[in-house]
Amino acid sequence: MSKLFTFSRHLAVLPLFLLMAGCDMVVMSPSGDIAAQQRDLLVISTILMLLIIVPVIFLTLLFAWRYRRSNTAAAYDPEWHHSTALEVVIWSAPLAIIIALGAITWISTHKLDPYRPLDRLDSGRAVPADVKPLTVEVVALDWKWLFFYPDEGVATVNELAAPVDVPINFKITASSVMNSFYIPALAGQIYAMPGMETKLHAVINKTGEYEGFSANYSGEGFSHMRFKFHGLDRQGFDDWVARVKSQGTALNRDAYLKLEKPSEREPVRYFASVDDGLYQAILNLCATPGKMCMHEMMHIDRMGGGGVESAENREKLEYDNRHSLGEGAPAATFPATGTPARSEEEPQGTDGASEPNEHGMPGTGGHEGHSMPGMNEGGDPAPAQLNH
Amino acid sequence: MFSDPDLLKFIFGRLNLDAIPYHEPILVATFLAVVIGGVALVGLITYYRFWGVLWRDWLTSVDHKKIGIMYIILALVMLLRGFADAIMMRLQQAIAFGGSEGYLPPHHYDQIFTAHGVIMIFFMAMPFVTGLMNFVVPLQIGARDVSFPFLNNFSFWMTTAGAVIIMLSLFVGEFARTGWLAYPPLSGADYSPGVGVDYYIWGLQVAGIGTTLSGINLIATIVKMRAPGMTMMKMPVFTWTSLCTNVLIVATFPVLTATLALLTLDRYAGTNFFTNDLGGNPMMYINLIWIWGHPEVYILVLPAFGIFSEVVATFCGKRLFGYASMVYATVVITILSYIVWLHHFFTMGSGASVNAFFGITTMIISIPTGAKMFNWLFTMYRGRIRYEVPMLWTVGFMVTFVLGGMTGVLLAVPPADFVLHNSLFLIAHFHNVIIGGVVFGLLAGVYYWFPKAFGFRLDPFWGKMSFWFWLIGFYFAFMPLYVLGLMGVTRRVNSFEDPSLQIWFVIAAFGAFLIALGILSLLIQFAVSFIRREELRDTTGDPWDARTLEWSTSSPPPDYNFAFTPLVHDHDSWWDMKRRGHSRPLAGFKPIHMPKNTGTGVILGAISVVFAFAMVWYIWWLAGLSFLAMVAIAIGHTFNYDRDYYIPADIVTETEGKRTELLAGEV
Repeated sequence: MSKLFTFSRHLAVLPLFLLMAGCDMVVMSPSGDIAAQQRDLLVISTILMLLIIVPVIFLTLLFAWRYRRSNTAAAYDPEWHHSTALEVVIWSAPLAIIIALGAITWISTHKLDPYRPLDRLDSGRAVPADVKPLTVEVVALDWKWLFFYPDEGVATVNELAAPVDVPINFKITASSVMNSFYIPALAGQIYAMPGMETKLHAVINKTGEYEGFSANYSGEGFSHMRFKFHGLDRQGFDDWVARVKSQGTALNRDAYLKLEKPSEREPVRYFASVDDGLYQAILNLCATPGKMCMHEMMHIDRMGGGGVESAENREKLEYDNRHSLGEGAPAATFPATGTPARSEEEPQGTDGASEPNEHGMPGTGGHEGHSMPGMNEGGDPAPAQLNH
Repeated sequence: MFSDPDLLKFIFGRLNLDAIPYHEPILVATFLAVVIGGVALVGLITYYRFWGVLWRDWLTSVDHKKIGIMYIILALVMLLRGFADAIMMRLQQAIAFGGSEGYLPPHHYDQIFTAHGVIMIFFMAMPFVTGLMNFVVPLQIGARDVSFPFLNNFSFWMTTAGAVIIMLSLFVGEFARTGWLAYPPLSGADYSPGVGVDYYIWGLQVAGIGTTLSGINLIATIVKMRAPGMTMMKMPVFTWTSLCTNVLIVATFPVLTATLALLTLDRYAGTNFFTNDLGGNPMMYINLIWIWGHPEVYILVLPAFGIFSEVVATFCGKRLFGYASMVYATVVITILSYIVWLHHFFTMGSGASVNAFFGITTMIISIPTGAKMFNWLFTMYRGRIRYEVPMLWTVGFMVTFVLGGMTGVLLAVPPADFVLHNSLFLIAHFHNVIIGGVVFGLLAGVYYWFPKAFGFRLDPFWGKMSFWFWLIGFYFAFMPLYVLGLMGVTRRVNSFEDPSLQIWFVIAAFGAFLIALGILSLLIQFAVSFIRREELRDTTGDPWDARTLEWSTSSPPPDYNFAFTPLVHDHDSWWDMKRRGHSRPLAGFKPIHMPKNTGTGVILGAISVVFAFAMVWYIWWLAGLSFLAMVAIAIGHTFNYDRDYYIPADIVTETEGKRTELLAGEV
């Protein structure tokens, strides 16, 4: 079966191969088992559909040629417009293909669910019982990637490494806008979203250096939001961790808040130590001092909500802090003012009065909008419910 | 007095001189070209004393034929704008390699890809489809106009107003840098503080009103105004697909309006529907926008399917194979298009069962679509195919569209989508179905119905040139994108490091250049045909020996379309009439009741541009004033009782008499 499959796979992509010998199609020849299974699915689905596409294209061209007006030898039957037998065929042939494809879809979607822990390393090997998966916590920042290795106690920017044939559990979030975490050689992508955590389970089977990037447009610096993913052997990975520990600095809250600010083409950075709970704080959008964590808010809501007093929490739940920056010349295009949409300036310095909501939109005069006067006041009262 | 910043702010909102992009050479050159073109146009209109005609016979017209033609002119103008964006992107991606940043920095590039998507979908494809439906449907069902002629004029001007608002962003301020669906939080006030997203919102909201109203209008027309005898199952297939498309419009555009209204509240009033703050949820926006967005794809493609059905039956000289299954397939697609939206974001982390459900519903759509394909195929079988230009587009479509359908089903398998989502493979896929399906269909439709609209055929040589350039250009432009997608290249990237990718981008840029020649041929075709119009004159009203009712009247049709409402006995009623030796009535004409032109639509459209501009720039006094003006004019219009007139019987007799002479001279 697998031989037949390999053969048919070659058959299906043969024309493409002829067209582009030497062209590196990473999606068609990945190095991780999940991506390989996804590739197989691509190939099987394509072959199934070609069963119907090829005859249709062939018949189209045949009929188009055969029944041209100049060919008076061909039959002409202007009133023929119905045939029950043909109607049955033209509805049931696609139906049959879709039933087969639908079954494959249902099974493979469950089997390759990114949230599902792996049960095999590759087509020949199950996951050994004693192997401990590598956990990586991924944060998409503007516009770079931050990777936490909670078990190793280190973190990196724009460089990811993992030992081969060890399952990797990714936990993925973002700091500001949506991105998509994608290493084509390893596994399919999944969105990285602020205040939320997505998961991906994957394994890399060959050592090597692979490309990773954001696959969802996230603004100005998106094009360079790339990183290298190193598949290393066990020894190589341990050496890499040791190198990160020896060369790295400390990643505490302050260092993170600096790192979080928008920047492009960040070089690789190593962090030898990481503040406790930093990833959880980022995930809950409360890495900035004085912000209420999302899980605290959800807890309040679950307990029945904060009532009138919850108005006091408002400022602490306003996480996005950049939008008053563009106000210098909100309308201007970038080269005129030198102020990109998201500047690196400190948000605290901006004047609440220049906040867009304050321009006289009727009915919002007394409204605070998104300006954040209380941002630095770490001593704000905690939500009432949490004081109990 | 004008140095007072508060006063300036009150008068101009956030508009100031920095908003004019005089430092952008590309934009300045474009602006100059637009000004020169505009001055030339105004000069020509003045020289030929055309202003009166333009106002009386076109801008204020409630005639569905003229409105349809104006929609298509709008679509062609916007096609040029959208295509200019496309070719700039192709050029940028072809040269931005090996450390070169190309000639478009992200700030500019990001606006261009956003504008390209927005313009091509909302202001090229939509007006094109609406224009053809407007022109053809009343003629096909034997009606004298649409149900609500003034509403039709108003809808057109709102759509045009939306296009004007989007075009304004080119020269005053900037356009959105968010991608064509403006996903939050990126499109929220926090991450897109400028005017770009506001232009996007107001442009779409204003145009959306037009689209929704025109949908209501055409549904009412098709349901209530069919000629006697034309039961639902005797309607031409194009009318059927138009009906389904307008049902989709009426059911989905309000979702878009509501979604954008929520985004507007987030941006203007500080609410938190889609922000990260205060428990907002951007995923809600993504669901809502695609609940509109997926049916939108079928809004565009169903009328194209209808056009191919008309074209294939006419040029094969044969009744459409499987009319009933064609109709049911259309209806099934209409219904299914509502339950597939999640396939646009399998990667957002839904559970496997949810993803699989939406993947399978998506695949199911390929069954009725496949049935349609076979129906066209078996219409060709035992036909006598005349390769006029529309038939070339149809065969080109059938071969191209099945490829796009195949890659579409591939993307519907969730785990396969995980590796292809947002890649250039996806870009290739939807251009494959939108160009290979919608655009080919619309261009076939233009060639097919042009003689009906203007009384002369289009020049076939330039039509064929256009077809071959488009077809070959399409394959050169988009097959490389499939390959690049498989090489793991994602969309919306403006510069690359891997040099092995460059050759594919260069091929794609070459393809875009071929398509440019295709568009140029199309424009030459219009010019050449106008010059040669006497040779290409259609005096019969039925130049293609066609089958449906629009071909039974003269080309161009008289204001009243039909002197007597036709009686329908069978499918393809005009074919049926010809076969049974139908003869035109030559006497006994009666006065014909017709709607009167009105300027209200164009005035309301113009004021909505002012309103939107004021909202974009926070010029609150102007926004308030223009809004009140719109309400006042709309109410004032309801007191206008002088809305109809009768075409006297002797005018009808005279018009029909001329046609009799023309027809007699023909043989």
